[in-house]
Amino acid sequence: MEIPESIKKRLTLPAEEHFYAGHTACQGCGASLGLRYVLKAYGRKTIVTIPACCSTIIAGAWPYNTLDAPLFHTAFATTGAVISGIEAGLKAQGYKVKGEDGVMVVGWAGDGGTADIGLQALSGFLERGHDAVYIMYDNEAYMNTGIQRSGSTPYGAWTTNTPGGKRHFLEKRHKKKVIDIVIAHEIPYAATASVAYPEDFIRKLKKAQKTPGPSFIQLFAPCPTGWRSPTDKSIEIARMAVQTAYFPLFEYENGKYKINMPNPKKEPKPIEEFLKLQGRFKYMTKEDIEILQGWVNHEWEKLKKLAEVFG
Amino acid sequence: MAEYKPIKKVVSGNYAAAYAALHARVQVVAAYPITPQTSIIEKIAEFIANGEADIQYVPVESEHSAMAACIGASATGARVFTATAAQGLALMHEMLHWASGARLPIVMVNANRALAPPWSVWDEQTDSLSQRDTGWLQFYAENNQEVYDGVLMAFKVAEDKRVSLPAMVIESAFILSHTYDVVEMIPQELVDEFLPPRDPLYTLTDFDNPISVGALATPNDYYEFRYKEAMAMERAKKVIKEVGKEFGERFGRDYSQMIETYRTDDAEIVFMGMGSLMGTVKEAVDLLRKEGYKVGAAKVRWFRPFPKEELYELAKEVPAIAVVDRNFSFGQEGILFNESKGVLFNTDARPLMKDYIVGLGGRDFTVNDVRAIAKDMKKTLEKGRVEEEVVWYHLKR
Repeated sequence: MEIPESIKKRLTLPAEEHFYAGHTACQGCGASLGLRYVLKAYGRKTIVTIPACCSTIIAGAWPYNTLDAPLFHTAFATTGAVISGIEAGLKAQGYKVKGEDGVMVVGWAGDGGTADIGLQALSGFLERGHDAVYIMYDNEAYMNTGIQRSGSTPYGAWTTNTPGGKRHFLEKRHKKKVIDIVIAHEIPYAATASVAYPEDFIRKLKKAQKTPGPSFIQLFAPCPTGWRSPTDKSIEIARMAVQTAYFPLFEYENGKYKINMPNPKKEPKPIEEFLKLQGRFKYMTKEDIEILQGWVNHEWEKLKKLAEVFG
Repeated sequence: MAEYKPIKKVVSGNYAAAYAALHARVQVVAAYPITPQTSIIEKIAEFIANGEADIQYVPVESEHSAMAACIGASATGARVFTATAAQGLALMHEMLHWASGARLPIVMVNANRALAPPWSVWDEQTDSLSQRDTGWLQFYAENNQEVYDGVLMAFKVAEDKRVSLPAMVIESAFILSHTYDVVEMIPQELVDEFLPPRDPLYTLTDFDNPISVGALATPNDYYEFRYKEAMAMERAKKVIKEVGKEFGERFGRDYSQMIETYRTDDAEIVFMGMGSLMGTVKEAVDLLRKEGYKVGAAKVRWFRPFPKEELYELAKEVPAIAVVDRNFSFGQEGILFNESKGVLFNTDARPLMKDYIVGLGGRDFTVNDVRAIAKDMKKTLEKGRVEEEVVWYHLKR
């Protein structure tokens, strides 16, 4: 359906769609929204690489493809390497890569495929300096396999292999700070984003497009199935993750940190505001919540300091 | 067609591989260093550094990523080359399936090396033969010339649209990889005539008609994908023979036989094997012929696709075949032996067949060893039956 120009002018997001209805994501899926925004930002001159993850299914089983862009499905561990190869292949054949008129090479991988099995290939991609964008959509567990913990699963979360129960067996490790690992590679551009703030996400995607070299965006993407949350609460949960500073929005650009919170002057809300919307945290005791709050406070202070000193 | 005047160079097998990649005008090389493959990718880096080649060179962080990067590059339509050995090839295993399943004609040189533990850097074929079910074509080179010729032919066969599958060119660790020999190289313009630029089956760069590659296939579709791949491998036999013949016509070295036979016409015993050890075998055949043995050699050049028809033609004329396997499949026997017997089971060609496990982990394999095998086979022929099917020939007792 063609959108009238008068309405287009008022839109805060690109009107173009390159991710079609009829995909097979669950209701309320944050990842599918994220992928839609990526293709809105970059258009069809984009080559997407997807490893084993929810998006393998969301993009459609053969012969269907819900993406209006070339798509290469690959093995779990290889997103960083495959996008390196695609970039090299394009350059070898004289294509312009990245930039506004160049081909966008995008790696689109879940947290398991990024924080865990794909970390080595991600590191190789970052340090070699390829002109491509790697987006980690973070739903904090192996959702496609049936909700098992990943390195990105937060403290106290229920998953199918860290089940809550009489012996209180829950995830005991804090969320792996993939973005920090990425920044340690000193790449030109890295950022966090959330599906609750699509304008911010698209602005960051555009910035990544303009910045030569490797870019990385960690996108917070709720999973109602795995998080045991109502399907109409995904955006609210994603917003609360930012407002509690559990998942703060920030950018790292050529050595400089910049926090971009929606209400910069407001103090973060208590973590309970984020936790109470999701069934996966229901086994947490008061002490558990304190432990998680302590971690959030510590990381938030650290980020503020970084922005202050290296802003 | 310009007249062919070979350029003779004294090079190692690895350098022969690197020159072949250069002459094939490869566009992307993604590789990780591993002994004894390293000098291949070092030489290619040197070509680039000296401005002799315009190649996108991706020094990846592992062999798993090397193959993944090759796959990404190949899917954009570029001509892609890599090289590895042993542990590296084993680490690539998952991605080898991905390359063939996505029908990408990547060419890779593997320096045959024994797998650890115990650590070994020396020659053995178990690494590449362990990859036999990955959907890759496999060419085993006897000498440095065949490494060079093999890479050029591998690209032509792999990229043929009837095939569109990846190909592995296999050389022996150190025996070829690091040993210098005269190699007749082909002038660039003649290579270009033989091997034109790649015309891919598909690419990821058709933005107006975007495709998805490697998507999930349900049980309703997966089966047909495998059948099509199986048929492509079957068609490869015809393409290999065509390309091998064309190579012979252009450059004087004929590769139209997938199994090269040597003095087999009236042979009672034929030694069959793959790779560099067949040079030793051919040498031994000449000596043994002078000593009165009616022996010949059969060198299996292409192990995948397996040259069943040629093996049958050979087997129906020969009373006894001694397979020399520089490899082993635990719980069974040598891999070439196993495959060969399987091919002949439902035919009327049933020579006496015996398997000699030789040279594992780089143990020397000499003309005297072939003589001992000939003597043993002679006894077997006299008895008219095989008593001990698999012989670990070199074993220290």
